[in-house]
Amino acid sequence: MIWAAVLAGSIGCYLLKLAGLSVPPKVLENKAVQRIAAALPVALLSALIVIQTFTTKHALVVDARAAGLAAALIAVLLRAPFLVIVGVAAATAAVIRLLT
Amino acid sequence: MDTETRPETEPETDRRAIIRDAIGIGVATGAYGLSFGAISVASGLSMVQTCALSLLLFSGGSQFALVGVLGAGGTAVAAAGTAVLLGSRNALYGLRLAPLLKVRGIKKAGAAQLVIDESTAMAVGRDSGRAARLGFWATGLSVFVLWNLGTLLGGIGAQALSSPEALGLDAAVPAAFLALLAPRMRARQPWVIALTAALVALAAVPFVPAGVPVLLAAAAATVLVLKGRAK
Repeated sequence: MIWAAVLAGSIGCYLLKLAGLSVPPKVLENKAVQRIAAALPVALLSALIVIQTFTTKHALVVDARAAGLAAALIAVLLRAPFLVIVGVAAATAAVIRLLT
Repeated sequence: MDTETRPETEPETDRRAIIRDAIGIGVATGAYGLSFGAISVASGLSMVQTCALSLLLFSGGSQFALVGVLGAGGTAVAAAGTAVLLGSRNALYGLRLAPLLKVRGIKKAGAAQLVIDESTAMAVGRDSGRAARLGFWATGLSVFVLWNLGTLLGGIGAQALSSPEALGLDAAVPAAFLALLAPRMRARQPWVIALTAALVALAAVPFVPAGVPVLLAAAAATVLVLKGRAK
């Protein structure tokens, strides 16, 4: 199951990279295609953030992860480097779990 | 980043500056690879699966998405689908790189694997084709080596832990996504898309299998963008 995801994801992503280098530029210079390509990462990342923070299986929950995300947001606003953002979120969630 | 575009510089100085920048970006990405390795193993992937992702998929955002969806109980289809959608931007990078790299055959097959955010950023906007090619290859290879090394070390570190949740590693994943999203939020349009996607995903969670809410959010964003063509 996991291997299927690993291999399918790898093949799909590789083919996209190869297609970019191979396809005549006109095909993807289409404005609608460019707009979708710009919007997709934003939509996917935003959805992944809320799903992984505020849900457990099929239930909406607010727990230590929400505090972790809030801490990460502050780190982002302070222009902290990537590892600090991730570390601050993990540490905040861990401390809250330890205290509750 | 284009500090080395002064017209009168010696080509040799240029070369060294590009290689130095490439290694610097590789080191930063390697540190990011540490967190990917740790999070992937904490999400339930084996060491071999984790390392296979960094070697074969080699695109940070897609890799985090794939292990995130699997960790939340999503199907292989939802996990791979999310990763591939997130990787679609690499196709656009390839389009911009193709006229600079001018690669064919086996060299193109190798170059394709290195088409990522960092190598593209270091190649486009150079004065010469030579500098662009050096920026691409030096950055791509440096990031590839150090990202994979970071993944391996991070995975080994996480394997030594008994309970990843006690360390808050589950909260680290959305934080990683937030760090990737933040630089894209400098206009009004991305905010509309991000908020719509978040609402669609959360609304779908109780009703559809794990992993599907994220794909629905992507579909909603596509519709939104196509409807807003007037701009």
